[in-house]
Amino acid sequence: MANRKRIVKELSDVTRSPPPGTRVQLLDESDVHIWEVLMDGPPESVYVGGHFKIKVTLPTDYPFKPPLLSFTTKIYHPNVSNDDKGSMCLGMLRSDEWKPANRISAAIEMARNLLIAPNADDAVEVSIADQFKNDRAEFEKIAKDWTKRYAGKA
Amino acid sequence: MDSDDEINSVQSSEDDFMDDEDSLGEDFDAVEEPDDFGFSQDKDIKPRKQAYEVDFKVWGPGQIQDQQDKQVEEVSAVIGQPTESTAILLRHARWNKERLIESYMDKRDEVLESSGLSEDKEGSASITKADDFMCDICCEDGKDLDTFAMKCGHRFCVNCYRTYLASKIRDEGEAARIKCPGEGCERIVDSKSLKLLVTEDLKDRYHELLTRTYVDDMNNLKWCPAPDCTYAVECGVKQKDLTKIVPTVTCSCGHHFCFGCSLNDHQPAPCMLVKKWMKKCEDDSETANWISANTKECPKCHSTIEKNGGCNHMTCRKCRHEFCWMCMGVWSEHGTSWYNCNRYEEKSGSDARDAQAKSRQSLERYLHYYNRYANHEQSAKLDKDIYLKTEKKMTQLQSSSNMSWIEVQFLQEASQALQQCRQTLKWTYAFAYYLARNNLTEIFEDNQKDLEMAVENLSEMFEKSTDQLAGLKVEMLDKTSYCKRRRIILLNDTAENLKSGMILIIPNS
Repeated sequence: MANRKRIVKELSDVTRSPPPGTRVQLLDESDVHIWEVLMDGPPESVYVGGHFKIKVTLPTDYPFKPPLLSFTTKIYHPNVSNDDKGSMCLGMLRSDEWKPANRISAAIEMARNLLIAPNADDAVEVSIADQFKNDRAEFEKIAKDWTKRYAGKA
Repeated sequence: MDSDDEINSVQSSEDDFMDDEDSLGEDFDAVEEPDDFGFSQDKDIKPRKQAYEVDFKVWGPGQIQDQQDKQVEEVSAVIGQPTESTAILLRHARWNKERLIESYMDKRDEVLESSGLSEDKEGSASITKADDFMCDICCEDGKDLDTFAMKCGHRFCVNCYRTYLASKIRDEGEAARIKCPGEGCERIVDSKSLKLLVTEDLKDRYHELLTRTYVDDMNNLKWCPAPDCTYAVECGVKQKDLTKIVPTVTCSCGHHFCFGCSLNDHQPAPCMLVKKWMKKCEDDSETANWISANTKECPKCHSTIEKNGGCNHMTCRKCRHEFCWMCMGVWSEHGTSWYNCNRYEEKSGSDARDAQAKSRQSLERYLHYYNRYANHEQSAKLDKDIYLKTEKKMTQLQSSSNMSWIEVQFLQEASQALQQCRQTLKWTYAFAYYLARNNLTEIFEDNQKDLEMAVENLSEMFEKSTDQLAGLKVEMLDKTSYCKRRRIILLNDTAENLKSGMILIIPNS
């Protein structure tokens, strides 16, 4: 596979020096196309104290197509779809904005930054985004509650 | 008819490249343009354009390419940039020549920067081998690796560059605005670099896409929406004029469509009413309308109730409120006249009754127009079946009556006229639904009635057997031209009134 060298290099780079607050591993040692990211809720965010699992799926034509990020831990967030997929699709994760020179670590960092500062203008969950904009207290209450309920255990 | 001149002037002032049209294939002129030789009587002899018609011009794929090249050359000469860069600048400016030239003269560096043409790093756009190189995409390295970078200096191996471009062109249909694969780099891959890298099989697709974005970017060009049609139509009618003009154009492939919304010809109804009407027809709002016409709400808890028995004594299943279905009043007030409500004038239920009546009335009004609209749509389909059989009839007629092929053409002509008139009639009903009543509406309805009668008369003749048809030729020709005439009268009248604002649309209908 032509892209194997790139993926292996990225994986070794990211395991050696992962983005702050995250750990990266393969979900299944035999498949380099599916990664598992363990992300601690950033201390400056409402998700503090939570431990989130993110599945990163690399398409067969990676890096020419963007990786797919999905939260396997339930999370209350305007940019994460509130279904069994927990998918995220914005910024560099969109195929028209993704550049083959972009790295997965950058995508992970972007996800982490979104936990700190959700992007309500490019939301997948419109009602959560509205609440985030207009009733911040209620949003934070639910997000904290979900964090405790679903992301409590490491 | 000053209305014609208005459209003409709008067009000629907006379309600067119309001046150059002489060199670009006169053959595709779909509208007869008067050849002005300076003899004023020439103009009088020419058939005038009808009030409902607009000027337009059909362009073939080669002509669109020429048009594009010509504009690039022109601007290139003015701003002194090579054609490759000029093409990028023009695409970036969405082909607004004037604005591009102006802003280029004003703030050259800024314009170059935003189009991804800034010259920040030196370097030639060619395929080279580089020392000490590792491709950031595939992580391959080696002295023998062919590499490529544009002026931005983001160097990748040629294989990755190619795969990247191929995936953009093939999978995403991008062409004019593909960016350098480098992280965060906004530089746009120019066509020279593309020529160098893109494989032969993708070149055609690339050029097709470039042309496509050109037409998409131009406000006065639209692709013909007919399947597999490669022509584009040019028309000067602006988006803001669409409330007053219904710009139906005809492509060289024969397809009639609205330049405003690309839907099939919907004269005389303007685009926004068509959109409204189609939404109304497919919306569930009509189901809701049925509900409000056939059900009533419990006066106390407002649950929706459908009466399913004969008795007027209703007991709401939800809140156990007892009331009379006829007058909506409280049942206990009915005194002794059980099961026979004679309290119609009582105030207690009159508000509820008013709401019911209004809803029923609006539903009936809608259904009146919808049924006629749907009927013509259906009939047009049936007429189309007949049209398919017409050819068979034409051959039969030739053998049975010694008529030549030319002589039986009247059948086809009649069939086509029928189709077109039904299409128009169909939309007159959608249009009428939104019309506020005044004396013009009456004229409109008279025109509508006349056309409808003419159409039905002609349609009836098609049901005659083949041996009768030969004898009916003259009558059929007459009826065909009468239909066409009625249609033109209706469309002209409506177009003129629409333009002058004499026709009033009911707000929020």
